Amino acid sequence: MSEARSALAGARFAGIAHVEEAGLVGMISFRGDLGHAKVKSAVKAVAGAAIPKPRGVALAGATGVAWMSPDELLILVPHAEADAVVAKLSTALKGQHFMAENVSDARAVFTVTGPHAREVIGKLAPVDMSRFAEGEIRRTRLAQVAAALWISAPDSITVVCFRSGAQYMFDLLSAAAQEGSAVGVY
Amino acid sequence: MLILECPYCGVKGEETEFHAGGEAHLKRFGPGSSDADFETYLFMRENPKGVHLERWRHANGCGKWFHAARCTMTLEVFGTYSAQTYEPPQEIKDILTAKRPGWSWRNFK
Amino acid sequence: MSTRLTQGGRRIDRSKPVTFSFNGTRLKGYQGDTLASALLANDQMMMGRSFKYHRPRGVVASGAEEPNALMNMGEGGKFEPNQRATTTEIFDGLSAGSQNHWPSLEFDIGVVNNAFARFLPAGFYYKTFLFPRFAWKHIYEPFIRQSAGLGKAPDKETLDADTYEHFYFFADIAVIGGGLAGLQAAKTAALSGAKVLLMEQDPHWGGRSMVDGGELDGKPAAEYIAALVAELEGMENVTLRTRMMGAGVYDHGYLLGYERLRDHAPALVGPRHRLWKIRAGQIITATGAIERPLSFAGNDIPGVMLAGAVRDYIADYGVSAGDRVVVVTNNDDAYKTALAVKAAGLDVPVILDARAEGGGAIAAEARAMGIRVENGKGIAKVTGGKRVKSVKICAQAGEGAVLEEIACDAVAMSGGWSPVVHLWSHCGGKLLWDEEHAMFRPDETRPPLGADGAGFVIPAGAANGVMDMGVGLADADHAARKAVEALGLTPVDVSLPGFEQAAEAPLQPVWMMPQGAGPKLRMKAWLDYQNDVKVSDVQLAAREGYESVEHTKRYTTLGMATDQGKLSNINGLAVLSETLGQAIPATGTTTFRPPYTPISMGSIAGEARAEVFQPLRRTPMHDWHEANGAHWEPVGQWRRAYAYLRGGESVHEAVNREILATRESLGLLDASTLGKLIVKGPDAGKFLDMLYTNMMSTLKPGKCRYGLMCSENGFLSDDGVVVRLDEETFLCHTTTGGAERIHGHMEEWLQTEWWDWKVYVTNATEQWAQIGVVGPNSRKVLEKLGGVDVSKEALGFMEYTSGKLGGFDARIFRISFAGELSYEIAVPASQGAALWDTLFEAGAEFNATAYGTEAMHVMRAEKGFIMIGDETDGTIIPQDLGLSWAISKKKEDFLGKRAQEREFMVNPERWQLVGLETVDGSVIPDGAYAVAEGENANGQRNVQGRVTSTYYSPTLGKGIAMGLLHNGPERMGETVDFPGTDGKTYTAKVVSPVFYDPEGEKQNV
Repeated sequence: MSEARSALAGARFAGIAHVEEAGLVGMISFRGDLGHAKVKSAVKAVAGAAIPKPRGVALAGATGVAWMSPDELLILVPHAEADAVVAKLSTALKGQHFMAENVSDARAVFTVTGPHAREVIGKLAPVDMSRFAEGEIRRTRLAQVAAALWISAPDSITVVCFRSGAQYMFDLLSAAAQEGSAVGVY
Repeated sequence: MLILECPYCGVKGEETEFHAGGEAHLKRFGPGSSDADFETYLFMRENPKGVHLERWRHANGCGKWFHAARCTMTLEVFGTYSAQTYEPPQEIKDILTAKRPGWSWRNFK
Repeated sequence: MSTRLTQGGRRIDRSKPVTFSFNGTRLKGYQGDTLASALLANDQMMMGRSFKYHRPRGVVASGAEEPNALMNMGEGGKFEPNQRATTTEIFDGLSAGSQNHWPSLEFDIGVVNNAFARFLPAGFYYKTFLFPRFAWKHIYEPFIRQSAGLGKAPDKETLDADTYEHFYFFADIAVIGGGLAGLQAAKTAALSGAKVLLMEQDPHWGGRSMVDGGELDGKPAAEYIAALVAELEGMENVTLRTRMMGAGVYDHGYLLGYERLRDHAPALVGPRHRLWKIRAGQIITATGAIERPLSFAGNDIPGVMLAGAVRDYIADYGVSAGDRVVVVTNNDDAYKTALAVKAAGLDVPVILDARAEGGGAIAAEARAMGIRVENGKGIAKVTGGKRVKSVKICAQAGEGAVLEEIACDAVAMSGGWSPVVHLWSHCGGKLLWDEEHAMFRPDETRPPLGADGAGFVIPAGAANGVMDMGVGLADADHAARKAVEALGLTPVDVSLPGFEQAAEAPLQPVWMMPQGAGPKLRMKAWLDYQNDVKVSDVQLAAREGYESVEHTKRYTTLGMATDQGKLSNINGLAVLSETLGQAIPATGTTTFRPPYTPISMGSIAGEARAEVFQPLRRTPMHDWHEANGAHWEPVGQWRRAYAYLRGGESVHEAVNREILATRESLGLLDASTLGKLIVKGPDAGKFLDMLYTNMMSTLKPGKCRYGLMCSENGFLSDDGVVVRLDEETFLCHTTTGGAERIHGHMEEWLQTEWWDWKVYVTNATEQWAQIGVVGPNSRKVLEKLGGVDVSKEALGFMEYTSGKLGGFDARIFRISFAGELSYEIAVPASQGAALWDTLFEAGAEFNATAYGTEAMHVMRAEKGFIMIGDETDGTIIPQDLGLSWAISKKKEDFLGKRAQEREFMVNPERWQLVGLETVDGSVIPDGAYAVAEGENANGQRNVQGRVTSTYYSPTLGKGIAMGLLHNGPERMGETVDFPGTDGKTYTAKVVSPVFYDPEGEKQNV
């Protein structure tokens, strides 16, 4: 079998910020009772981090977990391990009412990096980027499509959207990062 | 453009993050119901001038449906609350009573 | 003449000359000039022709309120009409042209309209062009469009060469207007700890105070302002933007800021405009005031300007409007212009003060400088054509008898100042009439209300009707304190500078000059320069019964031009009030709507243009389609291949080839766009039983079932194959356009009605690339790949399996939409392109052919399968389509069941689905109706049915169609007529909708 391909094969753009498709990331959409002890321990075992508080994201190297809604998490794992992690969760939570779906390939992931990264996002999302902090996940829209954001490193923001809209998202981010477009407020 | 606060994820966002879903607290009438009940359920709406209870979905967000108590005249938002209830919670009713004395909406007062 | 003075001009840099062109002539100005000031410096007073009468028009104002000096700017991809010369900063290479004239500004044929002005009064369009009816479209309208209007529309083929963007910003307090009041308010707010955004439309801070400010704390106002700006710039919680206009105030503290980044310096790299989408806790409008013209005959002749503008041009740009400037006023403020003109070494022959008592201290000062001041006098008439030549003086109280004629080349007029209440009013702030100052100002007790039901806009300074600068500073401080308190912060005490205000004599409202002007004068007294509306037009409207100000506005077009009546509104409604014999507040104002001044279409669009105009969704195999001749079809936001064109093939030929190849051997379809919803939980079966008309809970794991979904209103909403993956988990396929909608539908029911049911739903549509492997050789190609057993025995029709297929992680469904032996293979999207390539490699020996959506449509129609959106249109129930077999009789309830029990749903008269076969093999036009005998009440042919799908079937070599027909299923073999719009009548035989392989022998092998 040939290599799994991400939507844009690592496309890049450099302007007032660097925009880069981050390749394939393992993602599991998890639904269940987040307060249940078994769920807490099962998630921590695969994500390497405890379930964060509402609107939080906890990263632990190549794995992590984001709070998506009162009964939904996004679990981040290496792409090749996603199916195995789903199986692991299914075993750990056998008999419980939950859902764990591998949605890695339904997504495209981008990073926007540089001192103007917040401004680039601020041109597209109706979110106060001046108050957006590390450890926070924000589900919102970027221009006309749904997206999720978090700060992956100082000056670096991760953007997740649907795979089919990857080119649109890349074009959007590139337009927002065009040369000479720094706003100068963050 | 309105600002709403999703009671599920706590995000206070602008209207473009949400999707309006019509009137709240509909009572479903299925097979076996009278024509009049079914008509009321499917078609009859309040369309008030003033206090209104509505359904919204945090579509570009956590995806949850919730209810909002809002004034159709001033666009004031009195509060948002869970969609999983048959009537507005007491605290919302208290706000409505304080801000719009004598309010009523369908059979709620 | 207007000219550049030897000195002065605080905004220009005389060491930096700038060359620009106007109507093709190269002219010189200085850096810092506006186009208007530079044109005046070149004695180009006339800057355009009027809208209707083509009268010569000169610049009137010095700012955003300018009605006359509108220009076509730039060329090609940079062309833009209706740009105000007064707010256009010049740069090297700027090219501008005046508007609304032919052949030239100086000589314009259209001026003939002016001679007929008497016959073109208010409402003349409505009165004159009524008859004959055909003439409007063919004669009048083309003529009017040619002769009236402002700038020309940009060429539709030429794309805007610039880019634009949006920016979302959040502030505790947004201050609109960077004059003294705005700066002071920002300071108080910022020191109190609020996050402040302060915007100014002009390139410079300070507003009018820079010209009229006098002294603050014993120093020139400009020094105080510079220090204030420096202090604000040093504060972390303050964002300062110049060249950014507060364009509109909307609900819940939403504010649009229109920032012009490169209009003054096109050589800069980056977007041209940025539209700020601001949310502010509180908004302070410190938008200043606009001077009002006076209504006298000839007040539109080039050279007649606002008094404030005349002194702005002197102080800001070192430009004089004329050598001999007559000042005419009803207030003290305009005397400042006389003093400024005099100080510049030019002549003021007379100040005409309409007030019988005359002015205050400043009038004495003017007299002391040797200026003649005439109290109780006004202008009967201005003479001149393309330039003021003289004014004829009269008594303001009289009817216009000329007392004296005074030669001059400019007139500086002032009818008082009106607060800029636009932004206060945009979202519902109310006004009150201030009798003393003859102006509408904000009624602070009735502000626009925000999300919490409290006011969120606070006016400050001149915008609040406080024209006195010292009081204005205190008012601004007060506004900021109020805003700070509204946010729950504690305002700090800020010391305000000392200011000495000269006592002013009161203004006297003057709505007509002279007061008793007769019809001849009123016909030449302009209210709205841009739309050519005169005093006489408003009076005529009132006489004709247009008593509401909103009606009068639309009838006369007063205030409807691009300046939205910034100069004309108050004068116009005062004239209307007088004519109606009522007080001004009884007449009220028209509605102030955003934007404050026009903003570019580009800024509204932002990044949404060309490729990113809207999201375009691509499947994992998109690039292959692109490289292989895909003729695209938009399906929702998806882009799907309609057909793949080879060589010189037409679309029709390609579709036929794809169908035949599939039916004969092997076709491959990219079906990735099909919705795939995972429904899981102990109550999943019960839930799907409610959503589908069929019984889904009885489906066995590993089996597939075609299902229908209806709305609560009973109408068909979506369809697709449901697969039971395991005991608790179902996979629901939806239509391409239906995935998000049906997902939302499921969540809505689960969250708002059946919230105690244990079901979770995930939209996994894009996780999977899905490929239809279709045709008699489909099994062979899959077997070539190896892996999962896809034999008839192992995987029967409507069954599902999963496993490794040629190394891919595959889900395999044996389902068919084409009526052939057929599989749908789903693999993770990241493997989709590879599987697609692999299938073509393996399928080469079977002539594997990619087919598009049209071939899919034709093949399904050959099989009589319905298509949501073709056979359904939101009014169709499954029973209409012969799908009663898919409606469970056992279920007590499902969405739509109650609705389908209604009387008209069970009416046997409903049109029913049939197949249609033309007698001559031709293809019935899409959307054709089957006619019946007789006519309806409207004299139209009665109808008895309509076509829902119609195609040429290459398989059968003839036209086939599906349609809804009255009593259809009972009329097999009958013929029905379908008149086409081409004049032909298509006669079709009623047949079964299943044209191809009715026994299902092909798919079940």
